[in-house]
Amino acid sequence: MFTTLKIVFIAVVDTGLDLEISFNHLLQGIGLPSSIAHLLWLPLPMLLVLTASLIGVLVTVWLERKISAAAQQRIGPEYAGALGILQPVADGLKLLVKEDIIPKKADSLLFTLGPILVLIPVILSWLIVPFGQNLLISNVGIGIFLWIALSSIQPIGLLMSGYASNNKYSLLGGLRAAAQSISYEIPLALAVLAVVMMSNSLSTVDIVNQQNTAGLLSWNIFRQPVGFLIFWICALAECERLPFDLPEAEEELVAGYQTEYAGMKFALFYLGSYINLILSSLLVSVLYLGGWGFPIPIDLITHSLGQSPNAPVIQIIAATIGIIMTVFKTYLLVFLAILLRWTTPRVRIDQLLDLGWKFLLPISLVNLLFTAALKLAFPIAFGG
Amino acid sequence: MTISTSTELICFLILSSVIVSGGLGVVLIENIVYSAFLLGGVFMSVAGLYLLLNASFVAAAQVLVYVGAVNVLILFAIMLVNKKEVMKPIKGLKLRKFFSGCVCAGLLALLFRVNIITNWATPGPQAIGEIATERIGEHLFTDYLLPFELASVLLLMAMIGAIVLARRDVISIELETTKSIQENIINNSTDNVLLNQSND
Repeated sequence: MFTTLKIVFIAVVDTGLDLEISFNHLLQGIGLPSSIAHLLWLPLPMLLVLTASLIGVLVTVWLERKISAAAQQRIGPEYAGALGILQPVADGLKLLVKEDIIPKKADSLLFTLGPILVLIPVILSWLIVPFGQNLLISNVGIGIFLWIALSSIQPIGLLMSGYASNNKYSLLGGLRAAAQSISYEIPLALAVLAVVMMSNSLSTVDIVNQQNTAGLLSWNIFRQPVGFLIFWICALAECERLPFDLPEAEEELVAGYQTEYAGMKFALFYLGSYINLILSSLLVSVLYLGGWGFPIPIDLITHSLGQSPNAPVIQIIAATIGIIMTVFKTYLLVFLAILLRWTTPRVRIDQLLDLGWKFLLPISLVNLLFTAALKLAFPIAFGG
Repeated sequence: MTISTSTELICFLILSSVIVSGGLGVVLIENIVYSAFLLGGVFMSVAGLYLLLNASFVAAAQVLVYVGAVNVLILFAIMLVNKKEVMKPIKGLKLRKFFSGCVCAGLLALLFRVNIITNWATPGPQAIGEIATERIGEHLFTDYLLPFELASVLLLMAMIGAIVLARRDVISIELETTKSIQENIINNSTDNVLLNQSND
């Protein structure tokens, strides 16, 4: 009784594609009870998102190789598959079969635990990334705050691996990574707070819905241009991308906390940093570029074509457009990050900390105050 | 027993055993770095308990503040001052350990007694789940405004105190010297701060 009511309720409220309900209906049609159907459903979106993020990493690595080659007037990977598209797979396989070395004087327990602690929070954060109204693992109420909390675990893993390597360069790299990520977390959270203030919710789905009332014009980037820049700079710093890759600055620290790592453990760091880059780009597109929204609202198009937005075909087309838009915006930002990496010089550590504490922090506080004032003054445009 | 309640029970047992054994590890392990990492594990498990109690915002705040800030700072401090130092043997260490063990055991006994004689069965208010965030905000800006503001003043004082302590050498030097402040820090870094003070 209750479940049918709930389904009816959801069908009335949501117009988007909901795969979970369809899947449950399918299994109940075979004759399974709803609790078993729910249990069978649970691992599916997780596996899907894990696979999607791994494929995303492969694509990003290929892009990085090709774009860096173009920036340096080389050709880049060419022989592995068409246009070298299988090169990242070859890289991954190479790392898989390499010998797993633990230095003799390293602390083997912490040495092994470090990379795992770096990777897990990043993957866990994919919980809240929406690709459509119902196309996310869990629409938890604390949404974006969960990501901020989880990303603060990462420095512990970095400190752990830096310490356990028993190497001065590693320790310095780990300390730098922790200092960097603590100092850039604050402006990052304040920039997110301004967005949250406008959408009255921490949930990523609500944040996107609030931006998609008038298509392109209602995206947050036009209402929060300063916040967008702060968030992007902080996201790059959190991902340790150039111009902020101080923790692994080759010329000073060999490779920072990764110096002693080889094989699969190194691959975990590698995966972690690229998944983090994609995740940050996804969240920039969710927070500032309208998430799965098409520049012209889908509802407007279906109405002008005289179609009902609840028809199954329209729902599938809308969901597909949503996923394509999310991925397109994300890879646009990844492209920007790669271009930045191969065209900008690295900042010094004191410049990095000065930028974080003395420039970005005050600016983001002013941005927050300004947003609050605008919200009170123009409640229609700034989500009253 | 349904699937959800049994899962909850299993999670509770795992989390509480991690908290108890981790807490013991923090106190008993000699290597201070291990203690600090274990403390992080304990904080994470407490966040897990909050999640089981349907308080997701408090759980996330616990992770952000305790694991992300407090524990990282502890680790930072340990790793920056990781000086190998031969400790002086303390007189009567075993006796001291015995007495502090007795105090801890007494506290534990007291807690057990409270646990047994309190009637826990009284039904509290329903867990409000997702709207808890809004409710916390409402309370912070109405009836808990004064404690909230007092806490912020306290934090400000702590911050100013930390800055004064950290830059003591810069404040005590005369600023008329042509040396830049950075240079002075580098030059004085090897000196003993307390010795300097007694000379002044």
